[in-house]
Amino acid sequence: MSSHYESSYREPLVLGNKSYHDITEDVARPIEGKANQNWYIAFYISLAAMLWGFGCIFYTVGTGIGVWGLNKNIGWAWDITNFVWWVGIGHAGTLISAVLLLFRQKWRMAINRSAEAMTIFAVFQAGLFPIIHMGRPWNGYWVLPMPNQFGSLWVNFNSPLLWDVFAISTYLSVSLVFWWTGLLPDFAMIRDRAVKPFQKKIYALLSFGWSGRAKDWQRFEEVSLVLAGLATPLVLSVHTIVSMDFATSINPGWHSTIFPPYFVAGAIFSGFAMVQTLLGIMRKVTNLEAYITRLHVEYMNIVILLTGGIVAVAYATEFFIAWYTGSPYENYTYLSFGAESGPYGWAFWALLICNIILPQLLWIKKLRRSFIFSFIMSIIINIGMWFERFDIIAIVLSKGHLPSTWWRFEPTFVDVGIFVGTIGFFFVLFLLYARTFPVIAQAEVKTILKSSGENFKKLREKNNEH
Amino acid sequence: MASNKKYWQSVEELKGSSVVETLRSNEFVQDIPTDEFLGDKETLETSSTSRRDFLKYVGFTTAAASLAACEGPVRKSIPYVVQPNDIVVGVADWYATTIADGFDFANVLVKTREGRPILVMPNKQAGGETNARTQASVLSLYDDELRLKEPQNRDSFLTWEDADSQIIAKLNELKEANEQVVLLTGTLASPSTEKVIAEFTTAYPNVKHVVYDAISESATADAFEAMYGKRALPNYDFSKAEVIVSIGADFIGDWQGGYEKSYADGRRAESGKMSYHVQIESNMSLAGANADKRMVVKPSEQVYALVNLYNAVAGESLPSKATKFDAEIKKLASDLKKAGSKGVVVTGLNDKNAQLIAFAINEKLNSEIFDTEAVNLTRQGNDTQVTQLVADIKGGKVKGLVTYNTNPLYTLANAADLAEGIKNLKLSVAISTQKDATASATQYALPAPHNLESWGDIMAVKGTYSLMQPTISPLFNTRQLQDVLLKWSGSSANYYDTLKDFWSTTVLAGASWNQALHDGFFKSEENSEATTFESTVAINASAVQLVRAANNSSGFELNLYSSTALGDGKQANNPWLQELPDPITRAAWDNYLTVSMADARELGFENPVQDNGAIDGNYASVTVNGVTIEKVPVIIQPGQAKGSVGLALGYGRTQGLKEEMQVGLNAYPFYKDGNNVQYNVAIEKTSGRHKFACTQVQSTLAGRHDILKEATLKQVTDTHLDPKHTWNKPAMVSYDHQEVEAKSIDLWDDHPREVGHHFNLSIDLTSCTGCGACVVACHAENNVPVVGKDEVRVGRDMHWLRIDRYYSSTVIDKQHEASMTIEEFRTENPNISNKDVERKYTEKVLELSRGDLFAALENSAENPEVAFQPMMCQHCNHAPCETVCPVAATSHGRQGQNQMAYNRCVGTRYCANNCPYRVRRFNWFNYSENNEFDFNMNNEYGKMVLNPDVVVRSRGVMEKCSMCIQMTQATILKAKKEGRAVNKDEFETACSSACSTGAMVFGDINNSEDTVATLKEDKRAFHVLDYIGTKPNVVYQVKVRNTNEA
Repeated sequence: MSSHYESSYREPLVLGNKSYHDITEDVARPIEGKANQNWYIAFYISLAAMLWGFGCIFYTVGTGIGVWGLNKNIGWAWDITNFVWWVGIGHAGTLISAVLLLFRQKWRMAINRSAEAMTIFAVFQAGLFPIIHMGRPWNGYWVLPMPNQFGSLWVNFNSPLLWDVFAISTYLSVSLVFWWTGLLPDFAMIRDRAVKPFQKKIYALLSFGWSGRAKDWQRFEEVSLVLAGLATPLVLSVHTIVSMDFATSINPGWHSTIFPPYFVAGAIFSGFAMVQTLLGIMRKVTNLEAYITRLHVEYMNIVILLTGGIVAVAYATEFFIAWYTGSPYENYTYLSFGAESGPYGWAFWALLICNIILPQLLWIKKLRRSFIFSFIMSIIINIGMWFERFDIIAIVLSKGHLPSTWWRFEPTFVDVGIFVGTIGFFFVLFLLYARTFPVIAQAEVKTILKSSGENFKKLREKNNEH
Repeated sequence: MASNKKYWQSVEELKGSSVVETLRSNEFVQDIPTDEFLGDKETLETSSTSRRDFLKYVGFTTAAASLAACEGPVRKSIPYVVQPNDIVVGVADWYATTIADGFDFANVLVKTREGRPILVMPNKQAGGETNARTQASVLSLYDDELRLKEPQNRDSFLTWEDADSQIIAKLNELKEANEQVVLLTGTLASPSTEKVIAEFTTAYPNVKHVVYDAISESATADAFEAMYGKRALPNYDFSKAEVIVSIGADFIGDWQGGYEKSYADGRRAESGKMSYHVQIESNMSLAGANADKRMVVKPSEQVYALVNLYNAVAGESLPSKATKFDAEIKKLASDLKKAGSKGVVVTGLNDKNAQLIAFAINEKLNSEIFDTEAVNLTRQGNDTQVTQLVADIKGGKVKGLVTYNTNPLYTLANAADLAEGIKNLKLSVAISTQKDATASATQYALPAPHNLESWGDIMAVKGTYSLMQPTISPLFNTRQLQDVLLKWSGSSANYYDTLKDFWSTTVLAGASWNQALHDGFFKSEENSEATTFESTVAINASAVQLVRAANNSSGFELNLYSSTALGDGKQANNPWLQELPDPITRAAWDNYLTVSMADARELGFENPVQDNGAIDGNYASVTVNGVTIEKVPVIIQPGQAKGSVGLALGYGRTQGLKEEMQVGLNAYPFYKDGNNVQYNVAIEKTSGRHKFACTQVQSTLAGRHDILKEATLKQVTDTHLDPKHTWNKPAMVSYDHQEVEAKSIDLWDDHPREVGHHFNLSIDLTSCTGCGACVVACHAENNVPVVGKDEVRVGRDMHWLRIDRYYSSTVIDKQHEASMTIEEFRTENPNISNKDVERKYTEKVLELSRGDLFAALENSAENPEVAFQPMMCQHCNHAPCETVCPVAATSHGRQGQNQMAYNRCVGTRYCANNCPYRVRRFNWFNYSENNEFDFNMNNEYGKMVLNPDVVVRSRGVMEKCSMCIQMTQATILKAKKEGRAVNKDEFETACSSACSTGAMVFGDINNSEDTVATLKEDKRAFHVLDYIGTKPNVVYQVKVRNTNEA
């Protein structure tokens, strides 16, 4: 993979005077060293949020869904909003690791590990909601097509919720395998460096006996490619199917044929935003500035701009079609004049400002190469994308077909608690990951060191090797 | 052989017996031989129990004890040891009886299961009608908190014998001293009871019987007496009417008992005969909501309207005052004159003079509707006597008081005077089903059985006798009034025998008692006495008095009314009724001041919608005649007359009520002299926010007129019009570039429908008056839980069946300033579909901006037209809910129902989100056996009302209307057992059988004889949201208004 040279006009992907050993050292440092105070502060805050969220979940399961702010006309709100939001966030990981691998985009190597970790942790959070949003979660396993003794009862294959079960579980398992495969050489590296017997034992187990033979590498490359091929359709399928929860229903505002591509674009949009957020923190905290560079940030911002553009077109289409149908039932969909002038006008504008208007600033090169600006923008987009799902769900349900059923939704402390809890849970997992896993695919980064390392580029330039 | 056995002669002997004491203190009668084992060291040592064995025993007993602890709670399910002859377990018995609680009178059939009454339905054979309260009365039977259970003297319980002897002694004492005793009852309307009372007053000549109605029609009776020589209320047969003018009389609601059924019978659009109903009123009442034309007129001006109408009809010139609607009154008078004997005028002003004038108009018209012979006997209260009584009790003239079936300490405006007087009475007895304010204030509180536990007879309408029979043996130690009075009169007969005897001698005229009891009623052949109209009554003087009083009106005018849910407040502890939303405001668990939009703007009242969907309101301080009630919550009522306010009676009861039910405010202190109209009312906005529990937030259709279609009588009867292209346009879609009916396009295969039954429910929006009887019937039949005020407030009511109420939008208000009216626009643009007319009109003619357009469509008009739409599961043949359930918990039945398998439901709520009618209800919490929801399902007595055929749902599952599948299956099984086909129109649901007006018709469309099969194909038939293609099995009939066009 590293057989060709890269033009010196291209910016290097690895900065500084890094040798192979430096990379090893840099990646292994967080695992082998002691965590700093900041890590502990972040961890305990996350842990507290997570425990609070778990408390709220126990309260919900113990008492009833009534502890949420839902009502007879609005059967979903924050639960499914959070579900779709987390699934969407989970999208960038697979796109970065699979699609960009197939397209031979070398810049993915610095970020794919964390993006995939983010994917898996986000899918964990997402997966919580379909379970706890059930009135009787203890019977949740009934959604699995298992042979049973209830008679001839079987699941309903017409239901998009059932497709969700398959889509999410497939996505989670493929992502997990893909992630683990990539981790094998890196775990082996940690194993080889480990001095404590327990640590050595653990990493030996995790690395599945990686020996570093040429055969290992060959199989590694093959499996990566096959898995990338398998995972690529999943990038499209998962959010397509999630969008079908809405698109196949009959609610005006949900029943929309453009939902699948629109949701996929939105998912990548939000996923990249979350990667930006996480890496923005991580490159600082774990001193990986040399590997996660302005160039990475800019590339991700370009993806955000592109997918944001797709999303913007989708919004415009939704708004236009709602008006163009002339149907009075379309007057109050989440992208309509009725939503703007209604009680959720603020959510309508939050969506448009965060997702469409502000991201346009990324057209300015200076801004999209700014770490701090990208970080802020990523958070804005995350908020905007949460509102997109909230608007789709809550606004549409709040203005159903029959005006007599129009109602409003207000979250209770339990709704908020569970959402905050999943954010806490997510960061607990991510922070533990940052201390125990090689956060950069060092084996892969090493393959581009000579072609795309700053030092080597300079050397080549000096020697006039182009 | 000598024996130590002792034989007790009586239970008394046991008291204080040393033997009993000894036995009681000794747990074990014989000593347990512990010493034998533990005391003897040798035995203990030789015992073969090793340490190992000991540990085994310990282990076993611990395990056994903990296993026993794991056992579920024991439920008492007691089988019949001896099967009663007349009960087959699992098969319902129906009894014909009569509900008569002094306010509501109805011939009913009561369904009992295993000896428990569980459902009340109208006895249609007897012409019975039920309203929400009579439907709910079966739950009041099981109200163990409010009901009196034992005879009480103050707070100590006593036996009936003791009570009898003590009271009889006092009665005799009073008789000897010749001091007056008053028997105060509500309207009994019971011929045999009158006889019993007559016997009682013969035995105690010092006793006087006074009748008191909490909600008074006394002035009408007085007027009737003046004009026709006897005290009663006239009866009305609105089915014959062509023109009905009601001035403030809510005759579809509770006015003089309500005339819902005959009104609906006179408005059958399909026959082309439909009365023209004009309502002149200040509050938005049920009658006003159903009227063809509603004039918003405050009470004092109603007086002028009435007199002006009289003048115009009679061509006289009684003193009155010109009003701005005189032209309309003149038009109305000519309509009435044109209708002649088919016209009728009623007025709800409880004022003798007003009633006299109304009667006079009817006499001028020679109205056939107005019946002075078969009179209405359901309101016999006499306010003059009651006022006198209160004064006498206070003044010490009356020394004894026996009340029955009445709660004057709650319902009297001057209850404080009475309360004070009662303290000084020598004898005060309340015979009552409830431990209410009166029963708590009297010396004796004697428990009376509930209506459903009693014998009795009723004559609600002169000439028609109804029988009341017990449907359950008394739950508590009760004795009914008649038996009490017989006992006190010294008679040895019991009431049952007296009743039977009375009937065979005076009523039945040789007919069978058993048959009458079976039927629940007996139509007497005897002619009702003819009455003569006393034309000499001076209408002129009446008009002068009436107008003078109206002229003195300043400030606000208060119009008190009885709410659909609580009526006079007798059943205020009934959770079904508290949870029943008012048909107009759709607020439950409350009464409130209804204020017009204009006044609300001036006084600064608002009803903001909160973020959780609930509605808040301001408080007002209301002063009438020096009586001030603070913190009266305010609801802004479209259609309320400016300068008038409304307030419901029957709320604000506290004595004996469960805390959750102590809602609203007692408005009776304002109800001075039983007058429902009070002038000179001062209203002031005060601080604080009231939390309403309102089940509908959006009041208008927001331009979606295909949900609830309306047409005029002229359109419907015009045979040249094709309804499909004019007033009942189906949804059209483009298919292959052709415009076709939406229902002809289908993605799905049809369910096979050739075999068996296919149920449909037809709902006629013209006949539906919004009375809410079906809502309560559905509660009772299907064990629908009550969730309480706080949960209703946040939109979690569990009603399977609700009645949506829509107001027309402000477009109606604005059209008067526009170049053409909406009707003209509709005529000019026949191509615009019904659903779009209002929106297009707003855009094109009113030329409103986009934002104003939304406001115009969303906001209610100041004097809106009202339409009701009962909404329940539509049982779609292509049900959106069925496709989305991941576990197939909801699926389609062979007979057309959309079925819900509660056991299978995991509670994703996707089905509810995908239901365009939003009729699915989720169990957010456990509503049964949960102290948080302390209503009838958390109470051993309240649970007796549960229908054993319908499961009580647990938390986390979705539920909804099942089209009463337990009822249809029972009908099928019955027919099968009898070896016959199901009869024509034999299928019923709870709602359709509760419906008095015949708006709801249920049946099998595969049986071409069933009425519903015809109705489904009627030209007025439409499906709500037919554009989606759900193909519902509930079909609606277009609402028809008689616009009185030539």
